[in-house]
Amino acid sequence: MLVSEKHGLTAEIESLAEKYGRTREALLPILQEIQMRHGYISEFAQQEIANFLDIHPVEVYGVVTFYAFLSRKPEGRYIVKLCQTIACDLADKEAIARAIERELNIKFGETTQDTKFTLQYINCMGMCDQGPAMLVNDDVYTHLTPHKAVEIIKSYK
Amino acid sequence: MIKDKLSRTPVSQQPLIVKKEEEGGIGSFVEVEINGRKIQVQMGTTILEACRQNNIHIPTLCYHEDLCLAGLCRICVVEIEGMRTLQAACTYPITNKLKIQTTSEKVRKARRHILDLLLSEHYGECYSCHRNGNCELQSLAKEYGVDGYKFGHITERRHTVDRSSYSVIRDMDKCVLCKRCVRTCIDLQEVGVLEATHRGYDTTISTFYDKPLADVICINCGQCINRCPTAALKANDPSDEIWVAIDNPKKHVVIQTAPSPRASIGEEFGLPPGHSMTKQLNTALRWIGFDKVFDTNFTADLTIMEEGTELLNRLKKKLVEGDNNIKLPQFTSCSPGWVKYIEHFYPDYLDYLSTCKSPQQMFGALIKTFYAQENNIAPEDIVTVALMPCSAKKFECNRPEMHSSGFKDVDYGLTTREMAQMIREAGINLPDLEGSGFDDPFGDASGAGLIFGATGGVMEAALRTVYEIVTGREVPFKNLEITPCRGFEGVRQASVKLEGTLPEWNFLEGVDLNFMIAHGTANAKKVMEALVRGELENIHFIEVMACPGGCIGGGGQPIPTSPEIRKKRAEAIYNEDRGLEVRKSHQNPHIKYIYEKFLIDGPCGHISHKLLHTHYVKRGKFIA
Repeated sequence: MLVSEKHGLTAEIESLAEKYGRTREALLPILQEIQMRHGYISEFAQQEIANFLDIHPVEVYGVVTFYAFLSRKPEGRYIVKLCQTIACDLADKEAIARAIERELNIKFGETTQDTKFTLQYINCMGMCDQGPAMLVNDDVYTHLTPHKAVEIIKSYK
Repeated sequence: MIKDKLSRTPVSQQPLIVKKEEEGGIGSFVEVEINGRKIQVQMGTTILEACRQNNIHIPTLCYHEDLCLAGLCRICVVEIEGMRTLQAACTYPITNKLKIQTTSEKVRKARRHILDLLLSEHYGECYSCHRNGNCELQSLAKEYGVDGYKFGHITERRHTVDRSSYSVIRDMDKCVLCKRCVRTCIDLQEVGVLEATHRGYDTTISTFYDKPLADVICINCGQCINRCPTAALKANDPSDEIWVAIDNPKKHVVIQTAPSPRASIGEEFGLPPGHSMTKQLNTALRWIGFDKVFDTNFTADLTIMEEGTELLNRLKKKLVEGDNNIKLPQFTSCSPGWVKYIEHFYPDYLDYLSTCKSPQQMFGALIKTFYAQENNIAPEDIVTVALMPCSAKKFECNRPEMHSSGFKDVDYGLTTREMAQMIREAGINLPDLEGSGFDDPFGDASGAGLIFGATGGVMEAALRTVYEIVTGREVPFKNLEITPCRGFEGVRQASVKLEGTLPEWNFLEGVDLNFMIAHGTANAKKVMEALVRGELENIHFIEVMACPGGCIGGGGQPIPTSPEIRKKRAEAIYNEDRGLEVRKSHQNPHIKYIYEKFLIDGPCGHISHKLLHTHYVKRGKFIA
């Protein structure tokens, strides 16, 4: 990371700390906002957040590793999140997964080289009656079939 | 008793109706029934505390007296009448008339299940484990008669052992996720190196980004080791290298022993806390094969001379010469955990630290110079070992700046636990031995050096000397016991008025010498925050020890630790001081001798600056 980028990030986190307060409770809103703007929360950002809130970096790390929607490394512009919980699993999410993997030529947990797509598994999002279900960024898709899933992916390309 | 709407609720679950106001609230008494016995307890007492007060045993694992409650491991579950599920005794406060069963079938089965589940995730065989015989998981397995692995057992490692630190080794395969280390690091010490990350099925206790311990802001205090119920955390043990040095006839192996291990090593041999084993330990060390046995208290006395002089110099420069670059209050620098803490968290305040090395490092520098010269031994053939209550001393002796003799001043830092292991390995039962004294030329030290081990001890020792240098009289406390320095309150503050000063020091006439004492880095943080806010301008001298209780509660001390145990160890040290003839550092004849013979330009002179003082590193808290 460039030094100028670091300064920018520090200033950004400082203004967020001013906005949400320099207390422990401000941690999640700040993390969410950094995630939204940058797509991920870097190691440096986590330490700066800890610094402004007067908590320990490892506590921030503990929170970031807990939430599936907070990421620690840069990800694709479209994050495809396929539900892996039991209802969707029984509805054959595995076939959907294989179809998307073939279409994008990457495995789950990876990002395409053009940084457009990232594939992730997530746990239940409450679409159990309409599984298999997936999210592409904030859009929900249900009753997936392998063909339908590939069409959806194509529409984002 | 109100009957109408609550009538379906069992008595034990009905709210306690307090008739008189003064009977209600926390502090008033409530009657509970535990295993059919009626017991009066104060409202707000947890079930665990109530049981312990009444000699009812409840097993615990994640519970620790020094730490906040967590209720994580569930091994302490009990049955409460009217409740659907079992409750954790450690976190359940009694506020009404409960009926509790601590050994019902349901409870026993649940505990056994919990244990089986813990063991299914716990790697390792007990006989190759350094906590064999002193492991809380092992004792629980014995207590509940575990005779097999009901839910399987891990036979292969899933984590690599982190051996990066000079002081603390982390073996996460042995971790049972009780979070005692996390609570120690974050709440008790406020260092914040360890936390549970990837919470859920993959929970692990890790550092920031799972970096090696040497690369993060660990201060090496080892408090986590003392509180770990299993062998997930241990100190970096150099005893194999020490045996090699002892077995090598060309090497002259000398050991210095600090007061705190001597006050606690008996615990490793089955004695109750509070027995000082100084003289027996000397004999044992000679039997093991150490060529000379020295007393770290000698350099503790030397520290007092140097640090006291430094303080007086600072006072003089500031008050008489008006030099505003002089930083006051002066902080003690004996505790390597505290030194690393201030280097990480308050790097801009390093000038407030005394430049004196810790007694351990002073001794190392003297052994490889003064002692080597006097006895015609080549310093490269000397191996110096330091028996310390401390894991941070292992890091300290490996600091690159600690080579002022031209060699590594102290070769190995050894903890009390490791020393006890070496003694056992040599086939010695310590309490059976006859006592013997320390070796010359350093001889026996003063009581002032001895009390360094307890929190407030450095301050008390320093005051005994400084007051006498300035006024020519003894400190005005009965039997030299400066009671405001003693005790276990986190931050203490007191003052001594300097009256009737000698002509040389008359700029201090009528001055109140204000001092503070803090132990545990969480308390040190409070003091530092006050300093940053500029509230400590009238304070002159501050003693800080990184570990709760001071060195007697150090990270290398026997396991377990508790406030009660630390209090007993401190008493052992104070009792030993009371029985000594010389109790002031400057009256130690060996100290006078070394200033006449070797450190000829006196305290804080050129030679002592070269050998006995050091500088610090601005580390900062950014983790690269």
